Amino acid sequence: MSIGHALASGMGGIRTTGDLVARMQLRKKMRLPQAKRYVADKLKIGLDDLADSTVMRTLREELDIGVITAVPGARKGIEAKRTIADLLDVEVPCLKRL
Amino acid sequence: MSTIRTRMGDGYVTELTPEELRADLEAGCADAVKRGKVPPLEEAEFDYLFDLFAYGGRIVGVEPGHEVILTKDGSVNTLYSAQLSSGVGIGLSREQAIRVFERAFCFDTMEIGHPDYSYKPVKPIVALEAVGVEQALLTTIFPVFYGAMPNFGLYAQPDGPFPNPADLLPRGQIAEAREAQLLMAEACKADMLYVAGHMAAVGADGINFDTTASAGDAEFLAVLETVEELAATTDLAIEVGMAAEFVLGFHGELEYKGTRLAGLWPHQQVKLVEQAGAHLFGPVVNTNSRKSTPWNVARAVTIVKECSRVAEIPVHANVGMGVGGVPMFEVPPPDVLTRCSAAMVEIGRVDGL
Repeated sequence: MSIGHALASGMGGIRTTGDLVARMQLRKKMRLPQAKRYVADKLKIGLDDLADSTVMRTLREELDIGVITAVPGARKGIEAKRTIADLLDVEVPCLKRL
Repeated sequence: MSTIRTRMGDGYVTELTPEELRADLEAGCADAVKRGKVPPLEEAEFDYLFDLFAYGGRIVGVEPGHEVILTKDGSVNTLYSAQLSSGVGIGLSREQAIRVFERAFCFDTMEIGHPDYSYKPVKPIVALEAVGVEQALLTTIFPVFYGAMPNFGLYAQPDGPFPNPADLLPRGQIAEAREAQLLMAEACKADMLYVAGHMAAVGADGINFDTTASAGDAEFLAVLETVEELAATTDLAIEVGMAAEFVLGFHGELEYKGTRLAGLWPHQQVKLVEQAGAHLFGPVVNTNSRKSTPWNVARAVTIVKECSRVAEIPVHANVGMGVGGVPMFEVPPPDVLTRCSAAMVEIGRVDGL
């Protein structure tokens, strides 16, 4: 069931920008259009690129905010979240532990 | 086109003529308008739903650019738990399972939860749960919630310390039943605050209160007051997911900030959840297993559309088994599941699922 919704309607998580748009909903209570616009502006991409895995796979590696495939040396886990927090100018609570 | 293959609300296949399909869509919407006192769908929205169900392909989806954010209740129990959580019994740890959701299923967020998915049983083992969240936060990139249910019934006898309102009410002991519910609410609230506080301390991105108001207005009040305190004292993002489409008045006279809780529908529930300080709201519309899925979907999106319209926080509609138009069956079939998904986004105008 989960996969069905992910394929039909989901943004795609770290495959694209789903995790980033989600953070704007969680931290700033942004409705979806606002959250998408915010992330697109921060990443300097169009709205159509937000859920495009072809665009985002490359861009995420360039920005070092975590990529879907296991690339040695690429930031992972909490490392990537540090970069995401700076990029989006948004709080990520677990970073307080560092 | 002679007939259209779809399903009933119990998951079994049925065939509808185009006229029957249209009639079911309109009837489902009409039921939502009557019961929920919400506006009806527009003609173009009926046309969209008709085309959605008349299309012969098995899998459908939203238009490119209309994708939404996914949050999930029930945690990764889906993978490693048993039938009690609709789980498939794969021998994965929670740390492994959450990474499957991040990297294989491409969810946008996820939650850690206990197999006994309620706040009361989690309280004595909160240290274990907090470590699970910590491990997930170290290794994942997407937001991580901790989730559980208030599960009000656990506080009443024989499972809990307080007299059971379900026993008191049939005996006409209404005052005693109400008093018991208030005591249960205080205990439930204390447990939820205790667990959430630990999750905030380890840096969880959020906390999820799943199946809120499953036992009615007293449980809803306990969650609202918990949300209010957490919003004021922690940096947790707070998600409130409901249990049913309207709040049962098991107490009947409880209010939150001057609004009576009994009888509230999603477009009314969301306003109180906002006032309490939550970040996400998950409305529920119950599936009628004796009606067709098109009937159920039309009804569900009519109700949720109004909720989305009035909301000032993101709305993540519940589209699991038996809610949001999805058939009430252990293994929801993907042909109608993806139609429920697309309809809830395109017509329900939700911010997530």
